[in-house]
Amino acid sequence: MTTMPASHSRHFIDALDLPPAKYADLFSLAHRIKDDPAAFSSACSGKLMATLFYEPSTRTRLSFEAAMLRLGGRVITVADPATSSVAKGESLADTIRTVGGYADLIVIRHPKEGAAKLAALYSPVPLINGGDGAREHPTQTLTDLFTIVTYKGRLDGLIVAFCGDLRYGRTVHSLIKALARYPGTRFILISPEELRLPDHVKGEVLDLREDVELHETTRMEEGLKQADVLYMTRIQKERFFNEEDYLRLRDAYVLTPGKLRAAKGDLIVMHPLPRVTEISPEVDEDERAVYFQQARLGMFARMALITSLLGVA
Amino acid sequence: MLKVDRIQVGIVLDHIRVGGGLRIFKELGLAGQEYPVALLMNVPSTKMARKDMIKVSEALDLDLTKLALLDAGITVNYIEGGQVVRKVKPGLPERVVGLIRCKNPRCITSTESYSPSIFTLVDREAKRYKCFYCGEYVTV
Repeated sequence: MTTMPASHSRHFIDALDLPPAKYADLFSLAHRIKDDPAAFSSACSGKLMATLFYEPSTRTRLSFEAAMLRLGGRVITVADPATSSVAKGESLADTIRTVGGYADLIVIRHPKEGAAKLAALYSPVPLINGGDGAREHPTQTLTDLFTIVTYKGRLDGLIVAFCGDLRYGRTVHSLIKALARYPGTRFILISPEELRLPDHVKGEVLDLREDVELHETTRMEEGLKQADVLYMTRIQKERFFNEEDYLRLRDAYVLTPGKLRAAKGDLIVMHPLPRVTEISPEVDEDERAVYFQQARLGMFARMALITSLLGVA
Repeated sequence: MLKVDRIQVGIVLDHIRVGGGLRIFKELGLAGQEYPVALLMNVPSTKMARKDMIKVSEALDLDLTKLALLDAGITVNYIEGGQVVRKVKPGLPERVVGLIRCKNPRCITSTESYSPSIFTLVDREAKRYKCFYCGEYVTV
Protein backbone atom coordinates (compact mmCIF):
# COMPACT_ATOMS: atom_id res chain seq x y z
CA MET A 1 0.00 0.00 0.00
CA THR A 2 1.24 3.42 -0.94
CA THR A 3 1.44 6.21 1.57
CA MET A 4 -0.60 9.04 0.12
CA PRO A 5 0.70 12.53 0.75
CA ALA A 6 -1.61 15.35 1.69
CA SER A 7 -3.02 17.28 -1.25
CA HIS A 8 -1.45 20.65 -1.97
CA SER A 9 -3.87 23.39 -1.03
CA ARG A 10 -3.20 25.55 -4.06
CA HIS A 11 -4.40 23.49 -7.01
CA PHE A 12 -7.17 24.23 -9.50
CA ILE A 13 -8.86 20.93 -10.32
CA ASP A 14 -12.61 21.48 -10.36
CA ALA A 15 -14.52 24.61 -11.38
CA LEU A 16 -16.43 24.50 -8.11
CA ASP A 17 -13.24 24.35 -6.03
CA LEU A 18 -13.24 28.14 -5.91
CA PRO A 19 -16.02 30.08 -4.18
CA PRO A 20 -17.58 33.02 -6.09
CA ALA A 21 -15.57 35.48 -3.94
CA LYS A 22 -12.30 33.89 -5.09
CA TYR A 23 -13.47 34.06 -8.71
CA ALA A 24 -14.20 37.75 -8.19
CA ASP A 25 -10.60 38.26 -7.00
CA LEU A 26 -9.27 36.45 -10.06
CA PHE A 27 -11.45 38.51 -12.41
CA SER A 28 -10.26 41.71 -10.81
CA LEU A 29 -6.65 40.61 -11.27
CA ALA A 30 -7.32 39.46 -14.85
CA HIS A 31 -8.81 42.87 -15.68
CA ARG A 32 -5.73 44.60 -14.27
CA ILE A 33 -3.47 42.36 -16.37
CA LYS A 34 -5.58 42.93 -19.50
CA ASP A 35 -5.59 46.69 -19.02
CA ASP A 36 -1.86 46.96 -18.35
CA PRO A 37 0.00 43.82 -19.54
CA ALA A 38 3.38 45.54 -19.29
CA ALA A 39 3.00 45.87 -15.54
CA PHE A 40 2.88 42.08 -15.27
CA SER A 41 5.44 41.18 -17.94
CA SER A 42 7.98 40.00 -15.41
CA ALA A 43 5.59 38.84 -12.65
CA CYS A 44 6.67 35.23 -13.14
CA SER A 45 10.30 35.90 -13.98
CA GLY A 46 12.42 32.96 -12.88
CA LYS A 47 9.39 30.66 -12.65
CA LEU A 48 9.00 27.51 -14.72
CA MET A 49 5.69 25.97 -15.82
CA ALA A 50 5.52 22.34 -17.05
CA THR A 51 2.74 21.40 -19.44
CA LEU A 52 1.90 17.70 -19.54
CA PHE A 53 -0.64 17.12 -22.29
CA TYR A 54 -1.51 13.47 -22.65
CA GLU A 55 -4.01 14.20 -25.40
CA PRO A 56 -4.01 16.70 -28.24
CA SER A 57 -5.00 20.28 -27.58
CA THR A 58 -4.32 23.41 -29.57
CA ARG A 59 -6.11 26.27 -27.87
CA THR A 60 -5.76 25.27 -24.24
CA ARG A 61 -2.08 24.49 -24.48
CA LEU A 62 -1.24 27.62 -26.46
CA SER A 63 -3.32 29.73 -24.11
CA PHE A 64 -1.46 28.45 -21.06
CA GLU A 65 1.94 28.79 -22.72
CA ALA A 66 1.17 32.28 -24.00
CA ALA A 67 -0.06 33.23 -20.53
CA MET A 68 3.14 32.08 -18.82
CA LEU A 69 5.43 33.63 -21.45
CA ARG A 70 3.58 36.96 -21.21
CA LEU A 71 4.17 36.89 -17.46
CA GLY A 72 7.90 36.54 -18.04
CA GLY A 73 8.02 32.90 -16.99
CA ARG A 74 9.27 29.93 -18.95
CA VAL A 75 7.64 26.74 -20.13
CA ILE A 76 8.85 23.14 -20.37
CA THR A 77 6.74 20.53 -22.05
CA VAL A 78 6.43 16.85 -22.96
CA ALA A 79 6.49 16.91 -26.73
CA ASP A 80 4.70 13.61 -27.22
CA PRO A 81 3.54 11.48 -24.29
CA ALA A 82 3.63 8.38 -26.51
CA THR A 83 7.42 8.57 -26.53
CA SER A 84 7.75 9.64 -22.91
CA SER A 85 7.88 7.79 -19.63
CA VAL A 86 4.22 6.82 -20.01
CA ALA A 87 5.18 4.46 -22.81
CA LYS A 88 7.71 2.90 -20.44
CA GLY A 89 4.96 2.21 -17.93
CA GLU A 90 5.69 4.96 -15.41
CA SER A 91 2.77 5.80 -13.15
CA LEU A 92 1.22 9.25 -13.32
CA ALA A 93 2.03 9.70 -9.63
CA ASP A 94 5.76 9.16 -10.32
CA THR A 95 5.73 11.45 -13.35
CA ILE A 96 4.10 14.23 -11.34
CA ARG A 97 6.54 13.93 -8.44
CA THR A 98 9.47 14.01 -10.85
CA VAL A 99 8.20 16.95 -12.90
CA GLY A 100 7.24 18.72 -9.68
CA GLY A 101 10.92 18.67 -8.81
CA TYR A 102 11.77 20.60 -11.97
CA ALA A 103 8.92 23.08 -12.31
CA ASP A 104 7.13 25.59 -10.09
CA LEU A 105 3.72 24.87 -11.62
CA ILE A 106 2.21 21.96 -13.57
CA VAL A 107 -0.61 22.04 -16.11
CA ILE A 108 -1.98 18.62 -16.99
CA ARG A 109 -4.47 17.43 -19.60
CA HIS A 110 -5.26 13.73 -19.55
CA PRO A 111 -7.86 11.55 -21.29
CA LYS A 112 -8.80 9.70 -18.09
CA GLU A 113 -11.44 11.10 -15.72
CA GLY A 114 -10.06 12.13 -12.35
CA ALA A 115 -6.45 12.17 -13.60
CA ALA A 116 -5.86 15.73 -12.41
CA LYS A 117 -7.31 14.92 -9.00
CA LEU A 118 -4.92 12.01 -8.66
CA ALA A 119 -1.99 14.09 -9.92
CA ALA A 120 -2.78 16.80 -7.36
CA LEU A 121 -2.43 14.29 -4.55
CA TYR A 122 1.21 13.78 -5.49
CA SER A 123 2.23 17.18 -6.81
CA PRO A 124 4.71 19.12 -4.66
CA VAL A 125 3.85 22.28 -6.63
CA PRO A 126 0.54 23.91 -7.65
CA LEU A 127 -1.24 21.95 -10.37
CA ILE A 128 -3.89 23.09 -12.85
CA ASN A 129 -6.35 20.76 -14.53
CA GLY A 130 -6.24 21.49 -18.26
CA GLY A 131 -9.03 18.95 -18.88
CA ASP A 132 -9.49 15.39 -17.68
CA GLY A 133 -11.53 13.24 -20.04
CA ALA A 134 -15.20 14.13 -20.15
CA ARG A 135 -15.20 15.30 -16.53
CA GLU A 136 -13.73 18.72 -15.95
CA HIS A 137 -12.15 21.61 -17.81
CA PRO A 138 -12.11 24.28 -15.11
CA THR A 139 -10.01 26.89 -16.89
CA GLN A 140 -12.60 26.90 -19.70
CA THR A 141 -15.19 27.71 -17.03
CA LEU A 142 -12.89 30.40 -15.66
CA THR A 143 -12.60 31.79 -19.20
CA ASP A 144 -16.36 31.68 -19.75
CA LEU A 145 -17.17 33.39 -16.46
CA PHE A 146 -14.53 36.05 -17.09
CA THR A 147 -15.98 36.68 -20.55
CA ILE A 148 -19.49 37.10 -19.17
CA VAL A 149 -18.36 39.41 -16.37
CA THR A 150 -16.27 41.44 -18.84
CA TYR A 151 -19.18 42.01 -21.22
CA LYS A 152 -22.15 42.04 -18.86
CA GLY A 153 -20.49 43.51 -15.78
CA ARG A 154 -22.03 40.90 -13.49
CA LEU A 155 -22.75 37.20 -13.09
CA ASP A 156 -26.03 37.36 -11.20
CA GLY A 157 -29.53 37.89 -12.57
CA LEU A 158 -28.65 36.86 -16.13
CA ILE A 159 -30.65 34.77 -18.57
CA VAL A 160 -28.17 32.34 -20.05
CA ALA A 161 -29.13 30.15 -23.02
CA PHE A 162 -27.12 27.06 -23.91
CA CYS A 163 -27.62 25.66 -27.38
CA GLY A 164 -26.57 22.44 -29.12
CA ASP A 165 -25.13 19.35 -27.51
CA LEU A 166 -26.00 19.74 -23.84
CA ARG A 167 -25.69 16.06 -23.13
CA TYR A 168 -22.01 15.43 -23.72
CA GLY A 169 -20.49 18.91 -23.53
CA ARG A 170 -18.36 19.13 -20.39
CA THR A 171 -17.90 22.89 -20.79
CA VAL A 172 -21.68 23.29 -20.60
CA HIS A 173 -22.02 21.15 -17.49
CA SER A 174 -19.24 22.99 -15.65
CA LEU A 175 -20.48 26.46 -16.63
CA ILE A 176 -24.10 25.78 -15.66
CA LYS A 177 -22.98 24.58 -12.22
CA ALA A 178 -20.65 27.54 -11.75
CA LEU A 179 -23.34 30.05 -12.80
CA ALA A 180 -26.01 28.41 -10.65
CA ARG A 181 -24.16 29.73 -7.58
CA TYR A 182 -25.02 33.31 -8.54
CA PRO A 183 -28.48 34.52 -7.49
CA GLY A 184 -31.15 35.14 -10.08
CA THR A 185 -29.47 33.27 -12.92
CA ARG A 186 -32.01 31.65 -15.27
CA PHE A 187 -31.13 29.00 -17.82
CA ILE A 188 -32.69 28.25 -21.19
CA LEU A 189 -31.56 24.89 -22.51
CA ILE A 190 -31.94 24.61 -26.27
CA SER A 191 -31.20 21.18 -27.72
CA PRO A 192 -32.68 18.29 -29.65
CA GLU A 193 -34.39 15.68 -27.45
CA GLU A 194 -31.46 13.34 -27.99
CA LEU A 195 -28.92 15.79 -26.59
CA ARG A 196 -30.73 17.23 -23.58
CA LEU A 197 -28.89 18.10 -20.39
CA PRO A 198 -28.48 14.84 -18.40
CA ASP A 199 -30.65 14.43 -15.32
CA HIS A 200 -27.64 13.97 -13.05
CA VAL A 201 -26.31 17.40 -14.08
CA LYS A 202 -29.75 18.95 -13.49
CA GLY A 203 -29.73 17.32 -10.07
CA GLU A 204 -26.31 18.78 -9.27
CA VAL A 205 -27.47 22.24 -10.39
CA LEU A 206 -30.56 21.99 -8.17
CA ASP A 207 -28.36 20.85 -5.28
CA LEU A 208 -26.40 24.08 -5.66
CA ARG A 209 -29.54 26.24 -5.73
CA GLU A 210 -32.93 24.64 -5.43
CA ASP A 211 -34.91 27.56 -6.88
CA VAL A 212 -32.87 27.76 -10.07
CA GLU A 213 -34.93 28.07 -13.26
CA LEU A 214 -34.15 25.56 -16.00
CA HIS A 215 -36.32 25.97 -19.08
CA GLU A 216 -35.87 23.35 -21.78
CA THR A 217 -36.86 23.82 -25.40
CA THR A 218 -36.09 22.30 -28.77
CA ARG A 219 -36.67 25.62 -30.58
CA MET A 220 -33.66 27.85 -30.93
CA GLU A 221 -35.69 30.95 -31.82
CA GLU A 222 -37.69 30.67 -28.60
CA GLY A 223 -34.62 30.77 -26.36
CA LEU A 224 -32.87 33.46 -28.36
CA LYS A 225 -35.43 36.19 -27.72
CA GLN A 226 -34.90 36.40 -23.97
CA ALA A 227 -31.23 35.53 -23.54
CA ASP A 228 -28.54 37.87 -22.21
CA VAL A 229 -25.88 35.26 -23.03
CA LEU A 230 -26.03 32.60 -25.74
CA TYR A 231 -23.53 29.77 -25.30
CA MET A 232 -23.27 27.75 -28.52
CA THR A 233 -21.81 24.25 -28.75
CA ARG A 234 -21.03 21.89 -31.56
CA ILE A 235 -23.32 18.98 -32.39
CA GLN A 236 -21.00 16.10 -33.13
CA LYS A 237 -21.77 13.58 -35.82
CA GLU A 238 -20.49 10.62 -33.80
CA ARG A 239 -23.30 11.11 -31.28
CA PHE A 240 -25.92 9.92 -33.77
CA PHE A 241 -26.91 6.50 -35.05
CA ASN A 242 -27.67 7.67 -38.57
CA GLU A 243 -26.48 10.50 -40.75
CA GLU A 244 -29.99 11.64 -41.66
CA ASP A 245 -30.83 12.49 -38.03
CA TYR A 246 -27.50 14.22 -37.62
CA LEU A 247 -27.95 16.44 -40.66
CA ARG A 248 -31.53 17.33 -39.72
CA LEU A 249 -30.60 18.31 -36.17
CA ARG A 250 -27.34 19.98 -37.03
CA ASP A 251 -29.04 22.38 -39.43
CA ALA A 252 -31.78 23.20 -36.92
CA TYR A 253 -29.23 24.56 -34.47
CA VAL A 254 -27.11 26.74 -36.72
CA LEU A 255 -26.90 30.35 -35.62
CA THR A 256 -27.43 32.73 -38.53
CA PRO A 257 -27.80 36.52 -38.83
CA GLY A 258 -31.50 35.88 -39.51
CA LYS A 259 -32.02 34.10 -36.19
CA LEU A 260 -30.00 36.75 -34.36
CA ARG A 261 -32.42 39.44 -35.51
CA ALA A 262 -34.90 38.34 -32.85
CA ALA A 263 -32.29 38.50 -30.08
CA LYS A 264 -31.55 41.32 -27.65
CA GLY A 265 -29.24 44.07 -28.80
CA ASP A 266 -26.88 43.50 -25.90
CA LEU A 267 -26.79 39.71 -26.20
CA ILE A 268 -23.35 38.10 -26.26
CA VAL A 269 -22.73 34.96 -28.30
CA MET A 270 -20.09 32.66 -26.83
CA HIS A 271 -18.53 29.39 -28.00
CA PRO A 272 -15.72 27.33 -26.46
CA LEU A 273 -14.31 26.70 -29.97
CA PRO A 274 -13.53 25.00 -32.27
CA ARG A 275 -16.55 26.22 -34.18
CA VAL A 276 -17.51 24.07 -37.18
CA THR A 277 -20.89 24.76 -38.78
CA GLU A 278 -23.03 25.72 -35.79
CA ILE A 279 -22.36 29.44 -36.21
CA SER A 280 -22.45 30.72 -39.75
CA PRO A 281 -19.39 32.82 -40.69
CA GLU A 282 -21.61 35.88 -41.33
CA VAL A 283 -22.35 36.03 -37.60
CA ASP A 284 -18.66 36.79 -36.95
CA GLU A 285 -19.27 40.33 -38.17
CA ASP A 286 -22.04 40.90 -35.64
CA GLU A 287 -20.73 42.83 -32.63
CA ARG A 288 -22.63 40.47 -30.34
CA ALA A 289 -20.35 37.58 -31.40
CA VAL A 290 -17.59 37.50 -28.80
CA TYR A 291 -16.15 33.98 -29.19
CA PHE A 292 -12.76 35.05 -30.49
CA GLN A 293 -12.45 37.71 -27.78
CA GLN A 294 -13.53 34.96 -25.37
CA ALA A 295 -10.44 32.92 -26.34
CA ARG A 296 -8.23 35.98 -25.79
CA LEU A 297 -9.86 36.72 -22.45
CA GLY A 298 -9.10 33.12 -21.49
CA MET A 299 -5.41 33.88 -21.75
CA PHE A 300 -5.74 36.82 -19.32
CA ALA A 301 -7.81 34.68 -16.97
CA ARG A 302 -5.09 32.01 -17.05
CA MET A 303 -2.45 34.68 -16.40
CA ALA A 304 -4.40 35.70 -13.31
CA LEU A 305 -4.72 32.08 -12.20
CA ILE A 306 -1.01 31.37 -12.68
CA THR A 307 0.13 34.44 -10.75
CA SER A 308 -2.37 33.68 -8.02
CA LEU A 309 -1.31 30.03 -7.64
CA LEU A 310 2.36 30.98 -7.65
CA GLY A 311 1.70 33.68 -5.09
CA VAL A 312 3.36 36.38 -7.17
CA ALA A 313 0.34 38.57 -7.87
CA MET B 1 -15.43 -32.18 16.22
CA LEU B 2 -12.63 -29.67 15.94
CA LYS B 3 -12.09 -27.79 19.19
CA VAL B 4 -10.63 -24.28 19.49
CA ASP B 5 -10.15 -22.95 22.99
CA ARG B 6 -12.18 -20.05 24.32
CA ILE B 7 -10.16 -16.84 24.24
CA GLN B 8 -9.74 -14.65 27.30
CA VAL B 9 -9.16 -11.28 25.61
CA GLY B 10 -9.69 -10.52 21.95
CA ILE B 11 -12.20 -10.43 19.11
CA VAL B 12 -14.39 -13.12 17.58
CA LEU B 13 -15.78 -12.45 14.14
CA ASP B 14 -18.89 -14.57 13.94
CA HIS B 15 -21.49 -15.34 11.27
CA ILE B 16 -19.09 -14.98 8.37
CA ARG B 17 -20.66 -16.31 5.18
CA VAL B 18 -19.23 -19.76 4.57
CA GLY B 19 -16.23 -19.52 2.24
CA GLY B 20 -15.66 -15.84 3.04
CA GLY B 21 -13.41 -16.30 6.05
CA LEU B 22 -10.16 -16.59 4.15
CA ARG B 23 -10.65 -13.32 2.30
CA ILE B 24 -11.50 -11.48 5.50
CA PHE B 25 -8.46 -13.06 7.16
CA LYS B 26 -6.31 -11.64 4.35
CA GLU B 27 -7.99 -8.24 4.16
CA LEU B 28 -7.54 -7.67 7.89
CA GLY B 29 -3.87 -8.57 7.57
CA LEU B 30 -4.09 -11.31 10.17
CA ALA B 31 -1.45 -13.50 8.58
CA GLY B 32 1.96 -12.95 10.11
CA GLN B 33 0.69 -11.35 13.34
CA GLU B 34 2.39 -12.30 16.57
CA TYR B 35 -0.79 -12.97 18.54
CA PRO B 36 -2.76 -16.21 18.19
CA VAL B 37 -5.35 -16.19 15.41
CA ALA B 38 -7.72 -18.96 14.35
CA LEU B 39 -9.66 -19.18 11.10
CA LEU B 40 -12.48 -21.68 11.35
CA MET B 41 -14.29 -22.76 8.22
CA ASN B 42 -17.50 -24.72 7.72
CA VAL B 43 -18.46 -24.46 11.37
CA PRO B 44 -21.98 -25.86 12.05
CA SER B 45 -24.42 -23.05 12.84
CA THR B 46 -28.06 -23.14 13.94
CA LYS B 47 -28.69 -19.79 12.25
CA MET B 48 -26.74 -20.27 9.03
CA ALA B 49 -26.28 -24.06 8.79
CA ARG B 50 -22.60 -23.50 8.08
CA LYS B 51 -20.46 -20.45 8.76
CA ASP B 52 -16.88 -19.29 9.02
CA MET B 53 -15.39 -17.70 12.15
CA ILE B 54 -12.21 -15.86 13.05
CA LYS B 55 -10.86 -15.71 16.57
CA VAL B 56 -8.19 -13.16 17.37
CA SER B 57 -6.62 -13.45 20.79
CA GLU B 58 -5.00 -10.60 22.70
CA ALA B 59 -5.86 -7.88 20.16
CA LEU B 60 -8.76 -5.50 20.72
CA ASP B 61 -7.76 -2.68 18.41
CA LEU B 62 -8.02 -4.26 14.98
CA ASP B 63 -9.14 -1.90 12.22
CA LEU B 64 -12.48 -3.42 11.29
CA THR B 65 -13.81 -0.59 9.11
CA LYS B 66 -13.76 -2.79 6.01
CA LEU B 67 -15.84 -5.57 7.52
CA ALA B 68 -19.28 -4.35 6.50
CA LEU B 69 -18.14 -4.15 2.90
CA LEU B 70 -16.79 -7.67 2.92
CA ASP B 71 -19.76 -9.32 4.62
CA ALA B 72 -22.71 -7.34 5.96
CA GLY B 73 -23.88 -10.23 8.15
CA ILE B 74 -20.81 -10.45 10.40
CA THR B 75 -21.10 -10.05 14.16
CA VAL B 76 -18.08 -8.71 16.03
CA ASN B 77 -17.81 -10.01 19.57
CA TYR B 78 -15.39 -8.28 21.93
CA ILE B 79 -14.11 -10.65 24.61
CA GLU B 80 -12.69 -9.71 27.99
CA GLY B 81 -12.16 -12.07 30.91
CA GLY B 82 -13.37 -14.92 28.73
CA GLN B 83 -16.80 -13.26 28.34
CA VAL B 84 -18.47 -11.40 25.48
CA VAL B 85 -18.59 -7.80 26.69
CA ARG B 86 -19.88 -6.20 23.49
CA LYS B 87 -21.52 -7.34 20.27
CA VAL B 88 -21.33 -5.09 17.24
CA LYS B 89 -22.79 -5.24 13.73
CA PRO B 90 -20.24 -3.25 11.75
CA GLY B 91 -21.58 -0.30 9.73
CA LEU B 92 -20.43 0.96 6.35
CA PRO B 93 -17.25 3.08 6.57
CA GLU B 94 -17.34 6.72 5.42
CA ARG B 95 -14.17 6.31 3.37
CA VAL B 96 -12.85 3.19 1.69
CA VAL B 97 -9.32 3.05 0.32
CA GLY B 98 -8.25 0.29 -2.04
CA LEU B 99 -11.11 -2.15 -1.57
CA ILE B 100 -13.73 -1.07 -4.11
CA ARG B 101 -12.90 -1.09 -7.78
CA CYS B 102 -14.27 1.76 -9.94
CA LYS B 103 -16.42 0.39 -12.75
CA ASN B 104 -15.96 3.44 -14.96
CA PRO B 105 -13.53 2.36 -17.69
CA ARG B 106 -12.62 6.02 -18.26
CA CYS B 107 -11.57 6.51 -14.63
CA ILE B 108 -7.87 7.12 -14.02
CA THR B 109 -7.82 4.21 -11.55
CA SER B 110 -8.51 1.83 -14.46
CA THR B 111 -4.98 2.38 -15.72
CA GLU B 112 -3.09 3.84 -12.77
CA SER B 113 -2.25 0.88 -10.55
CA TYR B 114 0.09 2.84 -8.24
CA SER B 115 -2.69 4.69 -6.45
CA PRO B 116 -5.42 2.87 -4.55
CA SER B 117 -9.05 3.61 -5.30
CA ILE B 118 -10.77 5.98 -2.87
CA PHE B 119 -14.54 5.89 -2.33
CA THR B 120 -16.68 7.98 -0.02
CA LEU B 121 -20.08 6.99 1.31
CA VAL B 122 -22.85 9.20 -0.10
CA ASP B 123 -25.98 7.24 0.85
CA ARG B 124 -25.86 4.84 3.81
CA GLU B 125 -29.38 3.50 3.22
CA ALA B 126 -28.78 2.75 -0.43
CA LYS B 127 -25.18 1.60 0.30
CA ARG B 128 -23.94 4.01 -2.34
CA TYR B 129 -20.33 5.13 -2.66
CA LYS B 130 -18.76 7.74 -4.93
CA CYS B 131 -15.35 7.47 -6.58
CA PHE B 132 -13.11 10.27 -5.31
CA TYR B 133 -11.43 10.58 -8.70
CA CYS B 134 -14.12 10.36 -11.41
CA GLY B 135 -17.34 10.74 -9.38
CA GLU B 136 -18.80 7.39 -10.52
CA TYR B 137 -21.32 5.85 -8.10
CA VAL B 138 -21.22 2.22 -6.98
CA THR B 139 -23.60 0.29 -4.78
CA VAL B 140 -21.94 -2.21 -2.49
